[in-house]
Amino acid sequence: MTLDFSRQLHYFWALLPEIVLCSWAMVVLVAGVSGSHAPGRVPDDNGDPTFDGGASLGWLSLAGVLLVALFNGWLYSVHEVDQTGMIAVDGFRLFANWIFLGAAALTILISFSYVRRQRLQAGEFYALILLATSGMMFMAAARDLMVIFLGLEVMSIAVYALTGFNRRDRKSAEAGLKYFLLGAFSTGFFLYGIALTYGATGSTNIALIGAAVAGGGASDGLLTVGVALLLIGFAFKVSAVPFHMWTPDVYEGAPGPVTAFMSAAVKAAAFVAFMRVFLVGFDGVYEAWYPVMWWLAAITMVAANLIALVQSNVKRMLAYSSIAHAGYLLVALTAANQTAAAGLLFYLLVYTVMNMGAFAVVLSVSHQSEERLQIEDYAGFGWAQPLLGVFLTVFLLSLAGFPGTGGFMGKIFLLQGAADSQLWALSIILVLTTVASYWYYLRVAWFMWMKDAGTPGHHDQVEAPFALRVALFASVAIILYLGVFPSGVLSFAQASVAGLGSVGGSLLGVGP
Amino acid sequence: MTEILSSIGYAEWILHALIWLPILGMGLVLWADEERAKHVAFWWSAGVFVLSLGMWWAFDPGSGVMQMESVAPWIPGWGISYALGVDGISLFMVLLTTLITPLAILGSFEYIRKRERAFYALMLLLEAGVVGVFVATDVFLFYVFFELTLVPMYFIVGIWGGERRIYAAIKFFLYTAFGSLLMLVGILFLFFKAKTALGVPTFALADLLQVPLTGTEQLWLFAAFALAFSVKIPLFPLHTWLPDAHVEAPTPGSVVLAAVLLKMGTYGFLRFLLPLFPVAAQHPTVVLVMMTLAVVGIIFTAWVAAVQPDAKKLVAYTSVAHMGFVVLGIFALTVNGLQGGLVVMISHGISTGALFLLLGMLYERRHTRKIEDFGGIGRVAPLLTTAFIITALASIGLPGTSGFVGEFLALLGAFETHPVLAGIAATGVIFAAYYMLPMVQKVFFNKLDRAENIEVHDLTRRELVILTPLLALMILIGWHPTPLLERMEPSVQVILDRVESASADLEISALPTDTIQAEAVPAVGGDE
Repeated sequence: MTLDFSRQLHYFWALLPEIVLCSWAMVVLVAGVSGSHAPGRVPDDNGDPTFDGGASLGWLSLAGVLLVALFNGWLYSVHEVDQTGMIAVDGFRLFANWIFLGAAALTILISFSYVRRQRLQAGEFYALILLATSGMMFMAAARDLMVIFLGLEVMSIAVYALTGFNRRDRKSAEAGLKYFLLGAFSTGFFLYGIALTYGATGSTNIALIGAAVAGGGASDGLLTVGVALLLIGFAFKVSAVPFHMWTPDVYEGAPGPVTAFMSAAVKAAAFVAFMRVFLVGFDGVYEAWYPVMWWLAAITMVAANLIALVQSNVKRMLAYSSIAHAGYLLVALTAANQTAAAGLLFYLLVYTVMNMGAFAVVLSVSHQSEERLQIEDYAGFGWAQPLLGVFLTVFLLSLAGFPGTGGFMGKIFLLQGAADSQLWALSIILVLTTVASYWYYLRVAWFMWMKDAGTPGHHDQVEAPFALRVALFASVAIILYLGVFPSGVLSFAQASVAGLGSVGGSLLGVGP
Repeated sequence: MTEILSSIGYAEWILHALIWLPILGMGLVLWADEERAKHVAFWWSAGVFVLSLGMWWAFDPGSGVMQMESVAPWIPGWGISYALGVDGISLFMVLLTTLITPLAILGSFEYIRKRERAFYALMLLLEAGVVGVFVATDVFLFYVFFELTLVPMYFIVGIWGGERRIYAAIKFFLYTAFGSLLMLVGILFLFFKAKTALGVPTFALADLLQVPLTGTEQLWLFAAFALAFSVKIPLFPLHTWLPDAHVEAPTPGSVVLAAVLLKMGTYGFLRFLLPLFPVAAQHPTVVLVMMTLAVVGIIFTAWVAAVQPDAKKLVAYTSVAHMGFVVLGIFALTVNGLQGGLVVMISHGISTGALFLLLGMLYERRHTRKIEDFGGIGRVAPLLTTAFIITALASIGLPGTSGFVGEFLALLGAFETHPVLAGIAATGVIFAAYYMLPMVQKVFFNKLDRAENIEVHDLTRRELVILTPLLALMILIGWHPTPLLERMEPSVQVILDRVESASADLEISALPTDTIQAEAVPAVGGDE
């Protein structure tokens, strides 16, 4: 069918996945406080045969994600009349939606035993994940800064709550507060950036902003400040250095599955919106923001990888690793061409899956709680639990970008995008920091395989429940598939960015 | 033989089989019992070797271009194909790999006592990776295999190695990864140039050879590629990872590392560095730097080797010296030099592989590698001693052994262009005798004054099976190298033609050959 946004009803069709997801979140929320899930019964799993620790709510949420995926697939058959509506129905959005939905599904799968063991309110937990996901989908769909802002807030507020969700854990509460305060702060930047951009261009529609900026109809001073503030707002959300300070503490303190979700999906959503705003809206002033982005990418890659070298807590190490990956993705934003945009999507997909996988194993090792997170706790783990050990090794190699894994193909894709804009110095920084990253990823591998566990039976308690296993097998399969046969997804990503602007290639060889 | 092979379409599937059969074998080993794993691994890899022998007949010695080629699209969007082929250079490297792997596996039966399944699986994975490196004709595919060999070796050293195994493993990994990732940027730069020049994305080596590059570009790319390969070789002063890796690695790890993994570096020189960047490769300064590094490596590591108390470390340092001869021969840029380099690669693979195996056998008997702990072994283990002496002599390049042929040719080639450097390098042969022979004397001929040494038993049947083919090859190549040389020559000639035609271009454009800033030189034309 064809969508014409001059008819308001057509927004309903364009937003069908988001609408279904929000409604489903409400259903889960209500189901969580009724019937066998009524609050009084949840904390007691001692010998209660009807207690399932929220597993049924988990499966219910998962069904919702699958349903939304169907609607997302249906949107491929829909065409929009022109490209200035508030909502985009294009490949870029739909590809990003796959990433968010995949991340949500994996998060739900790895949460089952965590929710049960930590005695969390399952209904609220899963509903918040679904709501956060819907916020992300709004961000990817938005062709208007206001919609991006709404999406950002829906996502962020849900994630603030998730971060502090484990009320019995002081670290969780601290992380929640920290994230909320800094997040609110960055939102201020973002909102003011929108206001100034509106003042400069007379519109909040990204396509119209793009036209105004390219046509020289924007007032320079306001626009510069507006772009800078938006850049800072996004840099906070993707946790680029030097706006990353909140990340390690929040990732370390948040409940394990939430950390996995944040480090993959929240980052992906911020990046997708970042890409659209800067590629479509601000391509006319590429020269102005290009050097800033260049340095942001370079500093993020270097600093994050260096700090990660000395981390002894695995969760914290993965937090710095996620900042480092943000640095790699910023290279794509700096390159700002079609290949880079496709590379960004491909990399986000791979990164989401491999990061989720790594966190799934970390959750197993830590007994679905917040203990046993030091790297020493991994000594001898590989030989005690060969399957989980091999899986974690695959995820680590993929995060390190090793051939045979999706991470390698993703990095090649990013490097190709950089090559198309002649960013050779940035490419060299990328590969050199990658060498540094080998150290901390392989350190986990050497503890797992090359050291003996201090005490025998150290890893006997480690278990991977059924749902977690499903997530693990799916992740490994996707990572290896993308590493060996990336061709299909590659062309899919390339086709998905058609229609998005391309500016980097026109400025060959410009250096800051 | 040729008819039989062609009747079963041998040339079409053999290269695929040599990559994928070891991976299949890996699955079988993991599936087998812990006790049976080593037998499965040995017989499987021995079968792969027998299969690979057919290449000797299927290979057309008269041709210098890629043979047994097969190409399948892998990632068409980026112009990456799964393209395999062998020529007179890679043929011997492939055969060396398939020969050394089963012998190294057989040599680890006594040494590897824990986690055997995982170990043998990794050995087979390593074989697949190394064969892939030698037969890939797509630069991207080559890179994938080149990196892929790191992982099994990392785990082999790190899990089954000695005291400082983790340090050695991570050092090995980071050194080589550092070099190869810079090469990756170089490869992508080439790809980008190819896309602009040819209009289609492609990573095929044959296409990349057509890309015009300026002198400066060639120089930078040369540096990136040379760094990656030099770490692997290893060329002085990038060699410091090697002694650590060798000393800590288990015997089979050392054998494969010395015999085939180091060759990936010099192979890269021949396959990529010279043909892709001929202008940079024959620039007088570049040649001088590379040859000087090679000579310094030969002399320096010979001296260092002479004072090592640890026999294994001694042999590790000799590897650096021998690989120095290969680099010396290659940058002579003459037929003799290149052929000599290739023969040293083969000979070093055989003799150093055998030395590490023999040291492993001594270690299994005495649980020490200190030279001073031995003495008079010759009287109690005559066969072991004989084998060791033949291997040591082949290693130091005694006439009549494989080592002599290679080093002689390499030096001869170097003499034709750089007599002084070749002269200095030739003293390295003398130093080789200076470090190797005293070691042999101390271990095998001094007084038999320790009770532990009296109880050393001679070679077992299994050990004889390991050593016999290697010893036979050392002497066979020493007396009759012609079959090797005649198969190499056409391929070597192709490389040299390419280098020389680039120099013709240089003269036409009147490039001042003593400066590096050779901007905008159409360095490489269509010189097929």
